[in-house]
Order: sequence, then structure tokens, then C-alpha cells
Amino acid sequence: MQIYLPIAELSVNALLILMLGGGVGFLSGLFGVGGGFLMTPLLIFIGVPPAVAVGTQANQLVGASVSGVLAHWRRNNVDVKLGGVMLVGGALGTGLGVWLFGYLQKLGHIDLVISLSYVLFLGTVSTLMLTESLRAIVKGRGAPVRSKLHHHTWLHGLPFKMRFPRSRLYISALLPALIGFVGGVLVAIMGIGGGFLLVPAMIYILGMPTALVAGTSLFQIIFTTGLAAFLQAVGNQTVDIVLALLLLVGGVIGAQFGTRAGAKLRGEQARALLALMVLAVAVKLAVDLVVRPEDIYSITLPVMP
Amino acid sequence: MNRRSRCLLALPVALLAGFCLWQAVRPAWAQSLVADLSSHLIAITTGFTGTDVVLFGAVDGDGDVAVVVQGPEGQVTVRRKDRVAAIWMNVEDVTFAGVPAYYNVAVTAPLEGVVPPTVLQRHEIGLDYVRLLPEKAKLAPEKLAEFRAALIRNKQRAGLYTTEVGEVSFLGQRLFRTRIFFPANVATGTYTASVFLIRDGDVVSAQTTPLLVSKIGFSANVFEFAQRNSVFYAILGIMLAVTSGWLAGIVFRKS
Repeated sequence: MQIYLPIAELSVNALLILMLGGGVGFLSGLFGVGGGFLMTPLLIFIGVPPAVAVGTQANQLVGASVSGVLAHWRRNNVDVKLGGVMLVGGALGTGLGVWLFGYLQKLGHIDLVISLSYVLFLGTVSTLMLTESLRAIVKGRGAPVRSKLHHHTWLHGLPFKMRFPRSRLYISALLPALIGFVGGVLVAIMGIGGGFLLVPAMIYILGMPTALVAGTSLFQIIFTTGLAAFLQAVGNQTVDIVLALLLLVGGVIGAQFGTRAGAKLRGEQARALLALMVLAVAVKLAVDLVVRPEDIYSITLPVMP
Repeated sequence: MNRRSRCLLALPVALLAGFCLWQAVRPAWAQSLVADLSSHLIAITTGFTGTDVVLFGAVDGDGDVAVVVQGPEGQVTVRRKDRVAAIWMNVEDVTFAGVPAYYNVAVTAPLEGVVPPTVLQRHEIGLDYVRLLPEKAKLAPEKLAEFRAALIRNKQRAGLYTTEVGEVSFLGQRLFRTRIFFPANVATGTYTASVFLIRDGDVVSAQTTPLLVSKIGFSANVFEFAQRNSVFYAILGIMLAVTSGWLAGIVFRKS
């Protein structure tokens, strides 16, 4: 069933989009990530203009995060205060990201920057995650052992210290704000929620209790993706509601099956699989950057003023 | 179904047009060519997957017919990648103005060698003669040719420029027809279908017919809404996402 996407201005198979949404939703339910890092490249691959892919994906992630955060909210696993501080940075980062996106688009380097950020961030995080989870598997199926729970480093000497009772932390407000800021930039430029980056950062840099991390990062992602979707729709008119709706329906259903399948998977196995998948995306994009393209010339329509 | 009914409609109309023309031109030789389209409006609806338009017409005597259909003109930037520290990135660009978003040509017989290039150039008949104006005046001719060829190649890959010259077929001595395909990714705007009658290496008669490509119905409303009330559109999009996410959380809660 072909359906015409009014903003992306192309005709796609609705079933294909539903299946893509379902497949990525399944994986995101399985591993507890947003799945934007898979969906955005896939959308670009089937011919959706990068700007529309990023804008629409941001809109779709709002729904995915709301659905995800509800479960955590019920178990009281959301640190609203810390999420709020992250959000301040996140909003600034998103604003900067959307502006940067438009600027790079004008220069003709947006595709390169998207690819490079994917390779850099996905490559680094997935390699770290893979080695960590493989070590955990080899070490004999125990929970990952952390040598020391609370390191005292220069990070703790930063000003603006704040108390976060829910997470039992007393840290500089600059840290979560900075993490949120980086996440916000990524949301706008890469069309991803940034959970795969926020989660490890919150565990290892902030030292948050693991139980609170997923809910709090999702809580924060709702607002950064929402803001990104808003700014992209108002500033660049690059949110395709029809596409977003198809992705949402597929994603929501897929995620529920994924969550169920995920319950049968051990933590470190799931992390290793996720890391492999993310690494595969990063390697594919890295190869594309290095291998001579089929046609070294490309055309772009002028960016709308 | 649409296409068949259009064809069924096209033929009698063509015959009628041909007859009227024959009657009209016999005494005066006022007009040696007449042509029309089976439809002057291409409606991009939610189910749009591309469409055919039939161009038909009649001539008053011998000669070749060339049909050129081109779409709304605009700027296009062509970028060239090169290896910079192991990575392929855009290093050079040329912007062309007046680039038709869509270009299609069909002829009754090959024109190369029969019609002088200056004539083809003047009427933009054939991909080699499409008018693409580089914005930078100073540009080496080889470089310009390279970027020009790249633009056409990329447009062909998107299915928006013809890869080969189409065929205009004669039905008997006077009537001709050709079929023009518009793919699903066709741009909205005003198009022109130009028909040329060529005799002894020159264009002796020409006619231009407009054709409108426009979004109709739901997709038009969505597009319009996104452009005009972008703030409301943005809020609606986010609310849609929040609602479906929230609903999913409620519905699947029990299980």
C-alpha cells in the first residue's frame, strides 16, 4: 500500500514503514533504548531527505519516550530534580543543535557531520559497552563488579553544588547540565534520543543509582526531543506527521513485544548484543565515509530561507 | 482504472481535435500544428505513485514532431566530493539557476545530425541542450561540463530527467501521440509541454501547453498546515506523539 508523505514529498510503502517502525521498536523494547540511531539512517536510506528524517524522528521519539517513562514513573524510578537540571542544559543544546543543523545544511556538510557524529559517538560507546559486557560474560555470569562506588575526582570540585535526594547525590549542577547539553545537541543533529550516551554518562560520571538512570534519561529525552521536534517543525518545516504516525504505530507495538522478549535475556547478553548492533551501524557508516562513493557528485536543492 | 479511462477519453478527443484542425487549417494554413494534453492537472493525493499524461495532436503535413515537457525552474547546487584525510567530503560546488525540476523529451525520429545544434539549443530539445545557467560567471569550460553532466546524471537517477529520448508515434499521417510519465517524487508547480514541428532541419511551428502539478486533498492540507501554521502543526505533532505513547503505556499495562 503506497502512501504519499506530504512533507518528505515522496511515496512510500506504508507496510514497509510500519515494519521498520515495528522492527526498530522491538529492538528498542528489547534493549531499552530509543532506537533513533537505527531509524534515522534507515529513513535516509529509503530516500527520506536527511532533514525530514531527523525532524520526524525527533517527533516520533517523544511518543516512544512517553510510553517508556510511564513504566518507570509507576515504580518511582524518575529523579525529576536531576532530570530538570539536565533539561536546562538539554534545551540549550537542542537550540544550538537546530541552529547548527541549518547552518551546516547551507554549507553542504550536514551529511558528513551526521555520519561523523554517528561513527564517533556510536563507535566509542559501543566499543566500551562491548568490552565491558564481554568481560562480564567471561568473568562468570556475575553482576558487573565495580571496584569503588564513589571516586573523588576533580569533577567533584566544580561549583554550584546541588543536593539530589532521590539519587542520593551531592554534586555540581554543571555536570548533569553539561551531559544534558551534549544530549540535546545530538538530538537535533543526529535525530536520536541520545539515551545510549546519557545512560553510561549518568552511571559513570554522575554516579547515579542504576535503577534511576533509565527513567530519568527518558524523562529528560521527552522534553529535548519535544523541543527539537518543535524547533524543526517551526524553523525548517521538516516534521512529517504522516511518517511520524506510521513510525509511532509500528514502534509502539514492536516495543511491547521487544520488552517481553527482553525479559528472557540476561543483562550482559543484552548489552553485548546491543553493543554489536550499534557497532555494526558505526562501522557501516565509517566504511561509507572512506570508500570512494559511486558518484562523487551530488545535488541539493537550495535550503528554504 | 484511471489511466485506461483517460486513454479512452484521449483518443476521441484527439480525433476530434485533429478533425477540427484539418477543417480549420485547410484554407488558411494558419496553424500547422495543434496539440493538447489528456489532463492539465496532476493531483498528488495520498495514494499518488506517479502518473502518465498523454499528449496528442495533429500536424498539417510532413515533418518530425518533438515534445519537451519541463517542470518548475529553480536553483540546484551540485557538489563534488574529494578525499580529505581518508574521508570523502564535499570540497567544491557549483550552483545552477533556472534548472527544471523535471525534464522529458520525446521525438518521432532521431534529430541528431538532422537538425542543427543551434536550433535544438534555442528550443531546449534534448538533454544536451537544456538551459542550465551557472551562477559563477568565471568557470573553466571542462569543469562546467563536468558539473552539468553530474547534475543531469543525478536527476536521471532520481527519475526526474529522461534517460533516453521517448517516442512520439504517428497514427496515420496527421495524428500523433506520446505518453509522458511523472514519477511519485515529482515537484509541485507549473510545467510546460512544448510541441515542435520540424521540417528541413528547422522548427516551423510550435505550441506550448501548461500543466499543473499540485497536491490535492489530505496531503495538500497537511503541507499547507505545516507551512502556514507551523507552530500549531508542531504542537499537534508533539501531542499526537504524546497521546499515542501514553495510550500504549495504558493499553499494554495489564499484560
